[in-house]
Amino acid sequence: MNFRKLAYTRPWRVFITGFFKENAVCYQVLGLCSTLAVSNKMENAVAMGASVVFVMLVSSAVISLLRRVIPVQYRIITYMIVTSTFVIIIDHFLKANFPTISGQLGPYVGLIITNCIVMGRQEAFAIKNGVGLSILDSLGAALSYSYVLVGIAAVREFLGFGSLLGVKVTPPHFENWVVISMAQGAWFVMAIFVWGFRRIAKLKPLEQE
Amino acid sequence: MHLNPLVLLVAAIFTHNIALTYLLGMCPMMAMSRRINTSVGMGLAVMFVTAVTAPIDWVIYNKVLVPTHSEVMMLLVFIIVIAAVVQLLELLMRRFLPALHAGFGPFLPLVTVNTTIFAVSIFSVMRNYNLWQSTAFAVGSGAGWALAIILIAGVRNRVQLVSDVPADLRGAGITMIIAGILALSFIGFSGMVAVQ
Repeated sequence: MNFRKLAYTRPWRVFITGFFKENAVCYQVLGLCSTLAVSNKMENAVAMGASVVFVMLVSSAVISLLRRVIPVQYRIITYMIVTSTFVIIIDHFLKANFPTISGQLGPYVGLIITNCIVMGRQEAFAIKNGVGLSILDSLGAALSYSYVLVGIAAVREFLGFGSLLGVKVTPPHFENWVVISMAQGAWFVMAIFVWGFRRIAKLKPLEQE
Repeated sequence: MHLNPLVLLVAAIFTHNIALTYLLGMCPMMAMSRRINTSVGMGLAVMFVTAVTAPIDWVIYNKVLVPTHSEVMMLLVFIIVIAAVVQLLELLMRRFLPALHAGFGPFLPLVTVNTTIFAVSIFSVMRNYNLWQSTAFAVGSGAGWALAIILIAGVRNRVQLVSDVPADLRGAGITMIIAGILALSFIGFSGMVAVQ
């Protein structure tokens, strides 16, 4: 397998654009509700990220399969019905297998339905392209959301609770920075994350002021 | 739960603001807060739709889904109700209230995918509110969201005029910091009313 050649193929470009260049959170500024609200602890972030990956892959594949039969004027409601079917599945899976995490995530699992990344990729890509490409595209977007979410959660859990994945890592004198683990602190961590990401990736901002 | 609906209304606006403490409806908040006029239109549309859908969702959940033991369908039913109500409101407003429609008609389709509306219905189910409580909670949450987006739009306008923001922080970044400072200042309201 020639990896240099791989970098110029369409599937790879589709994946890497969503994964890094057009990062769903930092560049397109989508899916902010859950990125801010669920990133207080790493275990929640991992569960949420995995749920979004699952929902996006399956629903994009279904939309892409049905793209020739979905009437244009009813496409938005079709996206929502397809997405909510899989969200209900993942919601009940989490409730049955990880009741503590499900309790902490609360309504935010159900709110994946209105997560703009899911609908954004369906509208921008899955409705026009084949199944294979649509799956790669949504995989890139979902993973980009997940790594930003887990990254922010790592910072917030370290500063706010002094632990990582529930394991205490800070010295005993460390004073927990409580406000960072609260909703209000999420904004500042997120803003610094977006700032850093744009600086490192040398992204031109999407919106001009 | 024996909360007075009025207490719930005030709490939803100030102490438990849906935008600033539950962090919901953030995507439209980032996108629509560039001008005060747009943010007022969007805020009013959200407030209006939430106030209409939350009681409908409450009735459907408690009178149809619970008796038939099909609570599993909650999310699916809620999203269909919201989409249908928004469509219906748009038709009715265009027919009977053209002035109002001109004001915030263009924002109505966007409201369907606003997380706030969906979340208000889910929260009222999760917290076992009765019909009056969930209506008051819906009006308060909508008003709280509108308050937050209008405040942010005002600050953003000032920032645009007078501040020298680092290039990579412009747009989304600085808006998040504005929202963060606003959220911190809203902590000052806590203790005004006690819920939960």
